[in-house]
Amino acid sequence: MTAPTAEALPDGQGARGAAERRRRTPGAGFFGPQRRSLWFWIFVGPFALGLALFTYVPLAWSVYLSFFDAHNTVTPTDFVGLGNYTSMLTDGAFLSSLGTFALFTLFIVPATYALSLALAVMVNRLRVAQAFFRSVFFLPTACSYVVAALIWKLSLFSGVRFGLANTVLGWFGADQTAWLSTTHPPWYWLVIVTVRLWLQAGFYMILFLAGLQRISPQLYEAAAVDGARPGWQTFRHITFPQLRATSVAVVLLLVINAFQAFDEFYNLLSDARGYPPYARPPLVYLYYTALGREQNLGLGSAGAVILALIIAVATVVQARWLGLGRKED
Amino acid sequence: MHHAWIRVGRALRAALLCALALLFLVPFYLLVRNGLATEADITAPDWTFFPRHVQWSNLTEVFTDPSLPLGHALLNSTLIALSTTLGTVLLASLAGYGLARIPYRGAGVVFSAILGTLMVPAAVTFVPSFVLVSSLGWISTLRGLVIPTLFSAFACFIFRQYFLGFPRELEDAARVDGLGYWRTYWRIVVPNSRPVFAAVSTIVFIGAWNAFLWPLVIGQDQEAWTVQVALSTFTTAQNLNLHELFVAAAVSIAPLVVVFLLLQRYIVAGVERSGIDD
Repeated sequence: MTAPTAEALPDGQGARGAAERRRRTPGAGFFGPQRRSLWFWIFVGPFALGLALFTYVPLAWSVYLSFFDAHNTVTPTDFVGLGNYTSMLTDGAFLSSLGTFALFTLFIVPATYALSLALAVMVNRLRVAQAFFRSVFFLPTACSYVVAALIWKLSLFSGVRFGLANTVLGWFGADQTAWLSTTHPPWYWLVIVTVRLWLQAGFYMILFLAGLQRISPQLYEAAAVDGARPGWQTFRHITFPQLRATSVAVVLLLVINAFQAFDEFYNLLSDARGYPPYARPPLVYLYYTALGREQNLGLGSAGAVILALIIAVATVVQARWLGLGRKED
Repeated sequence: MHHAWIRVGRALRAALLCALALLFLVPFYLLVRNGLATEADITAPDWTFFPRHVQWSNLTEVFTDPSLPLGHALLNSTLIALSTTLGTVLLASLAGYGLARIPYRGAGVVFSAILGTLMVPAAVTFVPSFVLVSSLGWISTLRGLVIPTLFSAFACFIFRQYFLGFPRELEDAARVDGLGYWRTYWRIVVPNSRPVFAAVSTIVFIGAWNAFLWPLVIGQDQEAWTVQVALSTFTTAQNLNLHELFVAAAVSIAPLVVVFLLLQRYIVAGVERSGIDD
């Protein structure tokens, strides 16, 4: 038995299994429980096959396509070598989509992290109505990016007079702002970042709440005995370090999800005239390159391969850097 | 003195929480306010907190407007979300059980290959997946919208973690009674694992209902639009009355909000169980 499966089998299973086998062999048919590899594949096979077909095969095909000139075709014949890669990496629009992602991450990751942690800490210490507040902050998770973008675009941050933000600012005498089409200053970032913040803060709050509940109360008692004041001091020296594992997971998930941002950008910014030239994250760029009018699948595939590599490398580096799996001390 | 400060702090914290809770509810309020208002009320220059005329007929208008195929889109979304949930849970739970409980030499390799796909998020592979699905001729079909999304490494991982902790005595008893892996799974394991099935089902259902990029790419014909694609088309084209758009959006999230509030404890348990943070 190899190491990975051994962890699934606590003490003595091997010996017990052998005894069972001896007892059962007579009379057990082709589908008897002793045919373990057969049963393993009956259970795992359909899932593994599907996953291979719809993840690994497309990836491999994509790598293949990326070396061809594939306009409007998935069985190209015009081999172009690394041509798609070089034109992708020298394409200003592609590079600026990576810049857009970097900027977006810079806004959304710290904002979501701070808000969800603050919500968790406050909700966790409530003695009354805890379930109510948890539900309110968690509820946006049920809402889709499409619906949220609709509310933000057509009501909350609508550029016209009856938009809520413009109405509220109007009470203080401010002028109307066209939130989504103003590029100097880039107000559209405020709209984009707040949509995602609202939608996902509650989800990460739940992760932090689970982390908070795992902290031993004895630590807080010991800190109180040592004279640590409740509030900031306790948070800094007990709560925050104890949440290390949760924090690492939250930051990783936030970055990966920011990298995949598409829904809110597409629904907030594109209109009857198309998508504006600014604020195009990688997936929006890819969407228009591969599936737009040109259907340049070779170029799009090269882009997908580059993005897949970036995210794989970033995940590994980030996990190392943040010390995923390192024992807490 | 010290005590008084703690009390002030607590009151401030409560006030801050209430303010944040109100802010979090504003978008839902806007959805209902605009959804039940007349077009004139929505676009009126001076803001009213509640529509001057509550127009319940918006709810029927939105289903009869021929330019907005809301009924059909809701039907598509329901079919897609239900079949995705059923298929995902069936496939992922079987695989999770096999990985957790059936000793097999290659299990470690298979499990790593499954986890590896988590590193390559589905959204990054949407171009190659689109290529595959279109060469199968599945564009704008239910098959194309559902089947490629059925294989969730995330769901498989949750089931495996759960089954690793399933009480072995129950399975041993079944074994003694002469049940093989298959019948042990269906008669003993599944009936005793309802919470994890509820958790994964709810999370998958919400994800499938709210999915956008894949239905946008695959469901190109209006016949195959999900409710998200239909709403998005009108949000970005801006050729529909605002009150219709808002009431349609409200209708699209109403069933989800109900499911969410009823099954919240399972979702919370599922999110916590995802074990990613351990």
